[in-house]
Amino acid sequence: MYKIYKDSKGLVAHGVSACAGCGLELIIRNVLDVLGEDTIIVIPPGCSALFSGFGKETALKIAGIQGNLENTAAYAAGIKAGLQIQGNEHTTVLAFAGDGATVDIGIQALSGVMERRDKIVYVCYDNEAYMNTGIQGSSSTPLGANTTTTPTGKNTSRKDLIKIAEAHDIPYAATASVANLVDLRKKVQKAKDTDGPALLHIHTPCPTGWGFDTAKSIEISKEAVNTGAWILYEYEAGVRKISYKPKELRPISNYLKLQGRFKHLKENEIVEVQDEIVSRFHKFMSEL
Amino acid sequence: MQKQQETPTNMLENSKVLGPVATIFDSIHTGSWRLERPKVNFEACIKCGICEKNCPPNIITVHKDRVESVEIDWYYCKGCGICANECPKKCIAMVDERGEL
Ligand SMILES: Cc1ncc(C[n+]2csc(CCOP(=O)(O)OP(=O)(O)O)c2C)c(N)n1
Ligand code: SF4
Ligand code: SF4
Ligand code: SF4
Ligand SMILES: [Mg+2]
Repeated sequence: MYKIYKDSKGLVAHGVSACAGCGLELIIRNVLDVLGEDTIIVIPPGCSALFSGFGKETALKIAGIQGNLENTAAYAAGIKAGLQIQGNEHTTVLAFAGDGATVDIGIQALSGVMERRDKIVYVCYDNEAYMNTGIQGSSSTPLGANTTTTPTGKNTSRKDLIKIAEAHDIPYAATASVANLVDLRKKVQKAKDTDGPALLHIHTPCPTGWGFDTAKSIEISKEAVNTGAWILYEYEAGVRKISYKPKELRPISNYLKLQGRFKHLKENEIVEVQDEIVSRFHKFMSEL
Repeated sequence: MQKQQETPTNMLENSKVLGPVATIFDSIHTGSWRLERPKVNFEACIKCGICEKNCPPNIITVHKDRVESVEIDWYYCKGCGICANECPKKCIAMVDERGEL
């Protein structure tokens, strides 16, 4: 379909202007590697649009459309309906959107998809702010994190996307992270095989927005999981299942101290963040 | 506006789609960003493939059958250092791009 100027090993070009060390770049490669060529992608504005390309050029070998921040899920549902009317049940329709495009601006379209049971795969890569426009806070920005719109640290907790999906009782929803790519790939495959909407919420380290050395992306994601700041789990057929349970939660400072966005936090504020993370984790465990 | 939107479309050879459409799959030269470069100590490498799996631009190939086991595509390597940070044998060092060979 495309004129190949510079080929790549997989479906994604190698030379894309995502920042060095970008977690999103690793996620889109793994997601598309599992879903395969028979996939149509919908991408809203945001860092993932770097992969849609500019003008005549694209960084993806599959068909796709660059939509709007408000309606990624609705675009995907429409494409799926069009395919179904043509008798095509095999093509996967993937919505691939950031946190701002999902938990804030596109939440209504996503809710519609989940209520109608549209058979699409929705991936929210969560870098915990509006990165592409200069690090504005979103409702995924965690407690205490500094962004350009929360200069003294965000004073509220993050929105729980999977719980919103659970409220719609969709057949499959899961969290994932670049901390465990094997687990991530398994969940993408499950999402693809699900009959109905499937939602993946993927923790996405962002060196530029979080303020850390580009080499530390994977290390930081692992700290997020081991401190309880990011819980890996699945919601399948009405049942929650933890994918990885740390033996003992490590102190949250292990995660916070690696990142510039938390460096303003005073001792008592670190304790507040610690309390929030631990109580969320215990509440989660008690509800399993 | 309409004229402008149709321009890229005219480049399509076998499809009549209206609107701005990308028809070229291409890459930029991200290797030019690099300030530091990963240097592998091949003697210590156990060819586990962890560096390859975690490289964001996916430009590492681990060859099990070669002494120089880890091949990196310098045209794209951004010098992020993830491969060095994740290597379990710590056999990748980040060296100054303009320094030693
Ligand atoms: C309705 C609307 N508001 C604002 C924008 C400007 N805008 C473009 S990309 C973007 C950031 C999106 O953030 P997110 O979805 O989290 O993706 P990220 O850039 O973090 O990858 C914004 C605010 C827009 N395109 N549409
Ligand atoms: S700002 Fe963050 S998410 Fe966006 S390309 Fe850079 S590292 Fe990736
Ligand atoms: S991670 Fe290290 S040991 Fe494993 S293949 Fe790469 S260089 Fe070799
Ligand atoms: S420095 Fe980064 S881009 Fe270069 S080979 Fe290592 S992981 Fe890949
Ligand atoms: Mg974001």
